[in-house]
Amino acid sequence: MKKITIDPITRLEGHGKIDIFLNDAGEVENSYFQVPELRGFEKFCEGRLAEDMPQITQRICGVCPEAHHMASTKTLDDLFHVDPPSAAKKLRELFYSAFYVTDHTTHFYILAGPDFVMGPDCPVAERNILGVIAKVGLELGGAVINTRMKNHHIIQMLGGRAVHPVFGLPGGVSKGLNEEERKEVEQIAKDSVEFAKLSLKVFDDIVLKNKAYVDMILSDAYTHRTYYMGLVDKNNKVNFYDGKVRVVDPEGKEFVKYAPRDYLDHVAEHVEPWTYVKMPYLKKIGWKGFVDGKDSGVFRATPLSRLNAADGMATPLAQAEYQRFYSTLGGKPVHQTLATHWARLVELLYAAEKLLELSRDPEITSTDIRTIPTAKPDEGVGIVEAPRGTLTHHYITDERGVIKKVNLIVATVNNAAPINMSIKKAAQALIKPGKEITEGLLNRIEMAWRPYDPCWACATHALGQAPTEVTIYDSRGQVVQRLSQNLH
Amino acid sequence: MKLKLALYWAASCGGCEIAQLMIGEKILKLAEVADIVFWPVAIDVKYKDVEAMPDKSIDCCLFNGAIRNSEQEHMAKMLREKSKVLISYGACASCGGIPGLGNLFNREKIFERVYFETPSTDNPQHVTPQPKTQVAEGKLTIPEFYDTVKSLPQTVDVDYFIPGCPPEERTTWLALEALIKGELPPKHTVISHSAKAVCDDCSRKKEAKKVKAFYRTHQIFTDPEKCLLEQGILCAGVATRGGCGAPCPKANMPCTGCYGPVEGAIDQGAHFLSAVASIIDSNEPEEIQKIIDNIPDPVGTFCRYSLPDSLLRRARI
Repeated sequence: MKKITIDPITRLEGHGKIDIFLNDAGEVENSYFQVPELRGFEKFCEGRLAEDMPQITQRICGVCPEAHHMASTKTLDDLFHVDPPSAAKKLRELFYSAFYVTDHTTHFYILAGPDFVMGPDCPVAERNILGVIAKVGLELGGAVINTRMKNHHIIQMLGGRAVHPVFGLPGGVSKGLNEEERKEVEQIAKDSVEFAKLSLKVFDDIVLKNKAYVDMILSDAYTHRTYYMGLVDKNNKVNFYDGKVRVVDPEGKEFVKYAPRDYLDHVAEHVEPWTYVKMPYLKKIGWKGFVDGKDSGVFRATPLSRLNAADGMATPLAQAEYQRFYSTLGGKPVHQTLATHWARLVELLYAAEKLLELSRDPEITSTDIRTIPTAKPDEGVGIVEAPRGTLTHHYITDERGVIKKVNLIVATVNNAAPINMSIKKAAQALIKPGKEITEGLLNRIEMAWRPYDPCWACATHALGQAPTEVTIYDSRGQVVQRLSQNLH
Repeated sequence: MKLKLALYWAASCGGCEIAQLMIGEKILKLAEVADIVFWPVAIDVKYKDVEAMPDKSIDCCLFNGAIRNSEQEHMAKMLREKSKVLISYGACASCGGIPGLGNLFNREKIFERVYFETPSTDNPQHVTPQPKTQVAEGKLTIPEFYDTVKSLPQTVDVDYFIPGCPPEERTTWLALEALIKGELPPKHTVISHSAKAVCDDCSRKKEAKKVKAFYRTHQIFTDPEKCLLEQGILCAGVATRGGCGAPCPKANMPCTGCYGPVEGAIDQGAHFLSAVASIIDSNEPEEIQKIIDNIPDPVGTFCRYSLPDSLLRRARI
């Protein structure tokens, strides 16, 4: 077999690694996506004070610390049996909506955008945020930067710091908003709604009006029929901050809807020896390996999953976009992984609208923002939707509120098995015997997992490039090709 | 000639990369005088390219994250060889940080919890991740997970430190500006706006008051004008280097110590502990015991970010 070496590299460069194995015929036999890191929060949080957990666990991820901070804070409400004042809940959701605006903006423009805006085969040097800005114009580029900065400002206003905030306490929050700050938030929210609308228009113009892209989105290489998970409110509308976890089957029918406390009845995790990450699956169906379909417990938890698992969006503009999304793509559920990017923009609009709604809530400047817990702490579960999926924290304490046991099902981890499957399927569809493996072709394999916005190289959301090595082996275990890719 | 700059991450959360981006438009100023030759998070320079660089050919490397596995140790050693100046960026690299709390346990205990014992894990065969795995199609490798987390200075010689979890934007820029101007301070300097305690940055009023009780953050409402420690909240500001601007006390929460020890202190935790002991308003052993009973996690409270670098270093295994 001809050995093509684009770019030799060793494994030491990254926090993620893909091995693709070819069979005798030169077709893809299997592929493995490995996570080479573990820090062990589930163990070293033992002995810590429960109320310190929002600040400790957010060090799992410095790009989306707000998600861990919020899941942990909600776990503490449950653990200390305390119901926060209504204004505190609204402030948390406002804070969390601002976070969603920054995070989804970053992902769409800096990570995923380059593939669509510039095209998957465009030269690597232009396939980045600078290329995107050159194409869409400095004005929109400026709006991207501005939207991120302003919403980070809201996070800092409430949480003290833009990275690793100190906002959440059992029973409430540490800081509220005064009228002057509220006005500022309202203006940022208005601008964010306009920005989200503009972003959906960009998606329309560049992606949906281009038949080649639409064909790619709809192609089988990027399709998996799985179960979908997402948090919903009492009307079964998408909610990021609170509600019940709803799972729909590959036909879109409700499979289960569970309260956070019942998560162990529904989700279990499988261990493989070749990666540090565990593979969650639906417990009642079981782990059947890296396969999709109704008989496999594999589920996905992404923006697309949340839309599939819900009946709609709770804000008017996002609801209209939700309907347009499904009517364009042929009804629910949508199985095409690449549609996740569009789903993310629908969510961006929802987050901005929610931010605006909360900034105008008469209660939002209330000073009644904390209830001091009085009951004995024992056990708590808290679930939020992180941008990358359903995030579950579960703590058990002694009666002083000292942590005895911790379990975490981290957002991206939900998608560990599907990411492996998506890479394999795209590789099988794209790598063919005798066909030259170009950079653009490999980028199309990367595009199979970019929609999940995986967090294991989590800092990369900011710049959009996670160093990952792809190695392709032939049937005798010889390296056919090895290259380092900035897999996003 | 332009400066050659490298940036790397080890056992960390990615918050340091975000902190580096927080310098915003100043990044253009940096780009005028420096070329980034290695930044796995951002640019596509290969590991092999770095290995091929002559020793000391990188002018400055900012290294964040603790050393928790074999890959991170290897990279720390290599970047030390290739760099004229090696800067430990952030709490994890400098003192071990939050992942350093892993030193209360070892690999076996951590694996046991993560892969066997957690209630959602279904692993009857007791499979654990292995450095080498033979799968049907070939061999797969991942780095070896160590028992003990080490800081960067416990692994290689470090020239400077930038404190924080993550460092505030002003601190990052202070260091980069010194680098750009060629005005780096004496070796081993901790680069921050202050060598004194966070209390110096904090606007809360101190009245040299002693306390009869300590409270946990969720147990009381605090006065927003007064010193948190003097209200019985364990605020680490007194034993923590300033320069951050005291953002946590400003948001009504105590400093937790992320900027590391003040100048001259050997052990941040011991310093914090002695400061706490000195404000207890009692001379009765029984009463004192009662007062300190409301500090149930001394390690996590006093050495939140500094366990690997502290005199304690780790639990016995």
